[in-house]
Amino acid sequence: MSAKVITITSGKGGVGKTTATANIGAALASSGQRVACIDADIGLRNLDVVMGLENRIVYDLVDAVEGRCRLNQAMIKDKHIPELYLIPSAQTRDKTAVSPSDMIRLCDELKLDLDWILIDSPAGIERGFKNAIAPADQVIVITNPEISAVRDADRIIGIVEAEEKGTPRLLINRLNPEMVRQNNMLSADDVVDLLAIHLLGIVPEDKNVIISTNKGTPIALDGKSPAGQAYRNIARRIMGEEVPLMDLEKGSGIFSRLSSVFGSGE
Amino acid sequence: MGNFIQKIFTREPSSAARAKDRLRLVLINDRTDLSAAALEALKDDLLEVLSRYIQIDPDAVQINITRDGRQQRLIADIPIAGPISRKY
Repeated sequence: MSAKVITITSGKGGVGKTTATANIGAALASSGQRVACIDADIGLRNLDVVMGLENRIVYDLVDAVEGRCRLNQAMIKDKHIPELYLIPSAQTRDKTAVSPSDMIRLCDELKLDLDWILIDSPAGIERGFKNAIAPADQVIVITNPEISAVRDADRIIGIVEAEEKGTPRLLINRLNPEMVRQNNMLSADDVVDLLAIHLLGIVPEDKNVIISTNKGTPIALDGKSPAGQAYRNIARRIMGEEVPLMDLEKGSGIFSRLSSVFGSGE
Repeated sequence: MGNFIQKIFTREPSSAARAKDRLRLVLINDRTDLSAAALEALKDDLLEVLSRYIQIDPDAVQINITRDGRQQRLIADIPIAGPISRKY
């Protein structure tokens, strides 16, 4: 069995790459898959705190690449889910400590004992991004329904295609259904029409994401939250299941719909 | 209610519609590396070349970049007014 490598990237920073990596990883692992999440953002380590594993780090990605430890010593076991691992990034200032060929070698070694390797890409299109993309079998591009995030996503899609990684799939994060109803936010259809790539999923804006990140517990394990449900659906689609998109209109009362018809919400 | 009726007739495009329109143009510029000004220059040059061979009404010419999935196309609709009248 050889793992598939999925790189999660966005172009623009702050759209939710790290949160998505942690939650897709948690959702895949909680359905019995063996998963490693790699933080490829050297110098700006963050996947460890989002996964709640910051106190368990002994060795990191750069230690493994430079041979200061065995690869499995840099793999931190998750607290909540068996068969979920984190390879944390280093806080070194030298961003060139890891090369694209190092990443390919590392993933080839990891592949043997896993089902999925998720790589959390840094923002931008520099070395760190190239490291993250090099070993990818598939790429997921994350955007928010905002003008600057969509523009950067389009640039990244072009670069990923030019690197012959195939056409990436799209994850729209922090969509606010109420604002879409009031025509004050780009809808998922708008974003898909502009970017013209396959939609993997939509994660609605959900304050539970911040609450669960505060605790270092993935929202994907929260049975009731809309964002958690969205991440579980995305994981099932990654595993090849056909899962319809969530009804994001659900839960909005008749009154809020009426008020948006009569324009008082604007 | 009067305010509501007024709103229907003088409705500004929604902010989402404006974002989409702006993005459409920006993405075409980004993908083709062609600014709006460069596109205008291209149109002028095209017309100049074409008018050496055929008679064109510049006002009837439409040259635009359109999107087809992730591909851009330069679409030109150029009605031919007639052959250039040559003086013998």
